[in-house]
Amino acid sequence: MSDQASTIPAPRTEASPSDNAALLELSSVEVAYGGIVALKGIDLEVRQGEIVALLGANGAGKTTTLRTVSGLLKPRSGEVRYAGEALTGIPAHKIVQLGIGHSPEGRRIFSRMTVLENLQMGAYRFKSVSQKDLDQVFELFPRLQERRTQLGGNLSGGEQQMLAIGRAMMGQPALLLLDEPSMGLAPLIVAQIFEIIERINALGTTILLVEQNAAQALKLAHRGYVLETGEVVMSAPAGELLNDPRIREAYLGETAE
Amino acid sequence: MYFTQHFWELLFQGIRLGSLYALIAIGYTMVYGVLQLINFAHSEVFMSGALGGVFMLTALAGTNGNIPSGFSAFEYTALALIAGAVVSAAVAFSLERVAYRPLRKRHAPKLVYLITAIGASIFLYNLAGKLFGRNNLQVPESFHSGPVFVLPGSGPSGPRTVKTLDVLIIATAFVMMIVLDLVINRTKLGSGIRAVAQDAETAQLMGVDVGKVISRTFIIGGLLAGVGGVLYAMFHAVSYTMGFIPGIKAFTAAVLGGIGNVRGAMLGGLLLGIVESFSQGIIPNGLEWVDVVSFVVLVVVLLIRPTGILGERTGRAA
Repeated sequence: MSDQASTIPAPRTEASPSDNAALLELSSVEVAYGGIVALKGIDLEVRQGEIVALLGANGAGKTTTLRTVSGLLKPRSGEVRYAGEALTGIPAHKIVQLGIGHSPEGRRIFSRMTVLENLQMGAYRFKSVSQKDLDQVFELFPRLQERRTQLGGNLSGGEQQMLAIGRAMMGQPALLLLDEPSMGLAPLIVAQIFEIIERINALGTTILLVEQNAAQALKLAHRGYVLETGEVVMSAPAGELLNDPRIREAYLGETAE
Repeated sequence: MYFTQHFWELLFQGIRLGSLYALIAIGYTMVYGVLQLINFAHSEVFMSGALGGVFMLTALAGTNGNIPSGFSAFEYTALALIAGAVVSAAVAFSLERVAYRPLRKRHAPKLVYLITAIGASIFLYNLAGKLFGRNNLQVPESFHSGPVFVLPGSGPSGPRTVKTLDVLIIATAFVMMIVLDLVINRTKLGSGIRAVAQDAETAQLMGVDVGKVISRTFIIGGLLAGVGGVLYAMFHAVSYTMGFIPGIKAFTAAVLGGIGNVRGAMLGGLLLGIVESFSQGIIPNGLEWVDVVSFVVLVVVLLIRPTGILGERTGRAA
């Protein structure tokens, strides 16, 4: 793995992809579950080629945001636009076809399908499974190739996370939504997964990353948004957020001096 | 002893009955897989297939009352099976569209589905009674059921001969089950069905149109139940209430095998058929005890293995 790290572009300081056109735009998106408002009109933008981190405590609305983008939830008001097109009223299974891949919270592997079948499910939107994509996923996650005939339910947490990302990649997404890829994983595995996320981005996939692990996420991301109880309270280039004392205190576990 | 003397005959009868239970049970289990709903109206899907097949036979035999032979016998039988399959599939499809889809759109609680299923069942069999009369229907024979081979041991009236009809029933049921197994495990539709059964929401994220998959699942269940209905009609009374008992038995078979698990339904169906047949041979006056034995078996299996024979976790098996 470490020799591949050299192929990754140097840590981005001056935002390059952040000057690109927006691939995903949320404008005053409001989402409610029954009477409970989970998103109180958020504005958010992900530009072509970026990694954008979405940070915040539990219940801040991070997962809700991703689920709204991929069509699992319908906004009560506001608009989600992808590649300039409004996603209003488009069902989830059609949104995938527009090129939005979603690796959901909790990984949600098909536990009684093999690793290979899970990856094939990821390519469900295509007529046939592309061998090239499969090879690419196996190249990113050699572990999955070793385990290809095992049932998804028998994988370790880290392997399941790799499978969840690999499965989403099989749909050839232009925009990849990653929901807490580090959840419940050992630090070493987390480092590996973050490295692969960076590679996936370098290969041309735009990424919207939801994370509790704010420090790691911000090291990877170009820009970040901080959500608090359904509202964006801060948005800035990742480097700025990483150095912001409020962020350091609230999300990076440091006490204020 | 009666049982040992008639072992092969009883086993054979069990397989014949059990393969029909299996065909019906698949519909229960597949619909449960994708909707977590016990579709109690499935017994009426089965009944309507039997009626469809019988009407097809009546229409064909109408011109001459003779029992066809040779190629026309094959044609008659095949057409009856197709008619049954199509009618059942159409009923199952409409049932999903009219009764269950609106509930799914409104995210109705599971209890509402169950009540709807029971309501749909009552509606359908009463409709059939109204349309086609409440007496047993005459079933024209589609072919001469000649002897094929003789089973070892002897029956009540001499050796038990396996007839063409027996072979037809078992062969058709097994072919359909094998084809279904291939569809589920080897086709894209099959992977869609399995994905929806395991995690419908994540299936959507893969681009699976859940509504379409559910609809097709009902159609597949209907096709199998319809064929089962026509085969059943060839050796049982046909009427608007004929679905109830086989329906309950097939549901039992599905639970026995592990509800949600298609191979479990096949296994459970065969097992239940054999248990019923054996209990007739072992218990004096066995015929009167058949239903008791079936449900005792069900209760015992569920006590030992609550998820059924092939069920892995409660509910979510496919």
